Amino acid sequence: MSRKILLEHAHVAGIQGYEIYRKMGGYRSVEKALKSLTPEEVVDEVKRSGLRGRGGAGFPTGMKWSFLAKPEGVPRYLLCNADESEPGTFKDRYLMEKIPHLLVEGMITSSYALGVQTAYIYIRGEYKWIVKILEKAIAEAYLHGWLGRKILGTDFSLDLYVAPGGGAYICGEETALIESLEGKRGNPRIKPPFPAVKGLWQSPTVVNNVETLAAVPVIVNEGGDAYAAVGVGRSTGTKLISACGNLNKPGVYEIEMGLPVEEFIFSDEYCGGIPGGKRFKACVPGGSSVPILPADLMLKNAKGEDRVMTYESLSDGGFLTGTMLGSGGFIVFDEDQCIVRNTYTYARFYHHESCGQCSPCREGTGWMEKVLHRIEHGHGHDHDLDLLVDISKKIEGNTICPLGDAAAWPVAAAIRHFREEFEWHVRHPQEAQARNYGLGRLEIYYGAVGV
Amino acid sequence: MEIMAYNPPRFSEERLAQVRKIVGQFPEGRQKSALIRVLHMAQEDFGGHLTAEVMDYVADLLAISPIEVYEVATFYTMFNLKPVGKYMLEVCHTGPCMLRGADKTIAYLQQKLGIKVNETTEDGFFTLKSAECLGACGYAPMMQCGEHYYENLTEEKIDALVDAWQKQPVPPKAWEKID
Ligand SMILES: Cc1cc2nc3c(=O)[nH]c(=O)nc-3n(C[C@H](O)[C@H](O)[C@H](O)COP(=O)(O)O)c2cc1C
Ligand code: SF4
Ligand code: FES
Repeated sequence: MSRKILLEHAHVAGIQGYEIYRKMGGYRSVEKALKSLTPEEVVDEVKRSGLRGRGGAGFPTGMKWSFLAKPEGVPRYLLCNADESEPGTFKDRYLMEKIPHLLVEGMITSSYALGVQTAYIYIRGEYKWIVKILEKAIAEAYLHGWLGRKILGTDFSLDLYVAPGGGAYICGEETALIESLEGKRGNPRIKPPFPAVKGLWQSPTVVNNVETLAAVPVIVNEGGDAYAAVGVGRSTGTKLISACGNLNKPGVYEIEMGLPVEEFIFSDEYCGGIPGGKRFKACVPGGSSVPILPADLMLKNAKGEDRVMTYESLSDGGFLTGTMLGSGGFIVFDEDQCIVRNTYTYARFYHHESCGQCSPCREGTGWMEKVLHRIEHGHGHDHDLDLLVDISKKIEGNTICPLGDAAAWPVAAAIRHFREEFEWHVRHPQEAQARNYGLGRLEIYYGAVGV
Repeated sequence: MEIMAYNPPRFSEERLAQVRKIVGQFPEGRQKSALIRVLHMAQEDFGGHLTAEVMDYVADLLAISPIEVYEVATFYTMFNLKPVGKYMLEVCHTGPCMLRGADKTIAYLQQKLGIKVNETTEDGFFTLKSAECLGACGYAPMMQCGEHYYENLTEEKIDALVDAWQKQPVPPKAWEKID
């Protein structure tokens, strides 16, 4: 089920430049939208396509667009979220490096649909070379009349700029992104009001992920129904998956929704299995914020059905036996990897990235890091595991933004599925130090799956 | 500090033109939005870190109060408030990179440079840091130095890079670059 829509031309030589991109059919969606569709009709196509936000939450894009407030005389803004800082996620970078004009085109067509005249790409500050790639593509688009005043002779005008951040995961959260773009600390805002009503400079604003906006041209060109025909059920279209960890062929893959997880990990067309013939231990399929699953539950759900790459199949079983598609940051663990150490690095990450506004998140992430540090370094106690679960429950749902939940879930899930490994760490501190991995469920799930 | 006081930081004319261009990307009265990008430029031009004096200069340029600049400079990890070496090596140590041996990369660099994480070599050439996920997880282990990512690192690659950097001329002091 290899199906390339976004990356179809990503490997054509010279596609980074305007001439080749245009020759391969680039900017057709702008022509079609401006010349033959009303903005409402573009929004309708996106609704029909079933496209869901690729930034992590999976919210239907067309519906999000229809919430945008349209008061007379007030400017609206479209912001592209290229902050991409969720551990395991490096797909937006790939798209922007390989085929930058696709994002530019998607933003023009989307801005037309939303009645936006100024749009920004907010990109993480570390991606400095991509700022240059994007600014070059934007300059070419201005030169050829796809940006600027009265595009294609219509009344539609648009300015597009790139704004780099300063290094902060939290600026991926949409209201923190807006604060940062206003030149402030990335502190998420209390909602409501939502950005669709009061966003950038208190004006109505839409924030969308890079991959979401890059899907708009094909939807406009081929029609929403054609896009919806790809994929399975409510998971339409294709998804970029950034595969990392212990894989023979880590990298960015475009997959059709519905691809079996087992095929994605083991077939040569995709990740090519696990190096050194080692066994598959666990997986975090949607970026560090989503629950980790042991191999058996990753390949098959609790009912014994094959898991496939869709929003629904991956979340089957809720948080007890399921996980989430999230951002598509697909992290694979071989049998030698230590779940305790991994969980500790996540806790450290979230503590480092907490903006510090709410005490459950600021203090709770600090405590989780501290407790996991001591377990990992051989000073843990039996009651530490319940303490961790308790902290995670006290963070969850009690914070201004979802970073708190994102910090709590991975810890709770690791203990849920790998409790024996944590206990083994606590009870065999020296051995755990020397081997740096636990035994946990290994025998249990290798027996069950036979991989 | 005395030297700095008589020789305040100033962007070159070329830089000032860039600042004006960036300010122009935002509506009238929203020039504060240019702050993060201008701070990046200031850090690049004035010796790799931001002193209070540099931040005050940026505040002046953007017609905002100094505290607004301090707030931002202290929030984002890319801004250095203390001096760093000419080459700042930041190795990602988050989970996905650890799965592919980032801990060994850090250990190797510590041994090679003779410093620990968060330290600078005596000659002022290298600062070693660990960083949270930089968006290169599939190409781990990796490090960032300046505008570049160095990916799929091996000991041989690190040797080649560090040795080449070491041969560069002595880095100019921040205040020497200022007119
Ligand atoms: C802590 C946090 C970090 C986030 N980071 C990102 C990110 O790096 N990129 C992104 O597109 N969305 C990120 N999101 C999701 C955004 O808030 C927002 O939902 C998304 O940009 C909407 O775009 P979409 O509907 O196209 O997915 C993050 C959310 C949270 C709570
Ligand atoms: S949950 Fe954490 S990151 Fe989000 S606003 Fe509160 S303190 Fe900041
Ligand atoms: S975890 Fe190291 S770059 Fe993402």
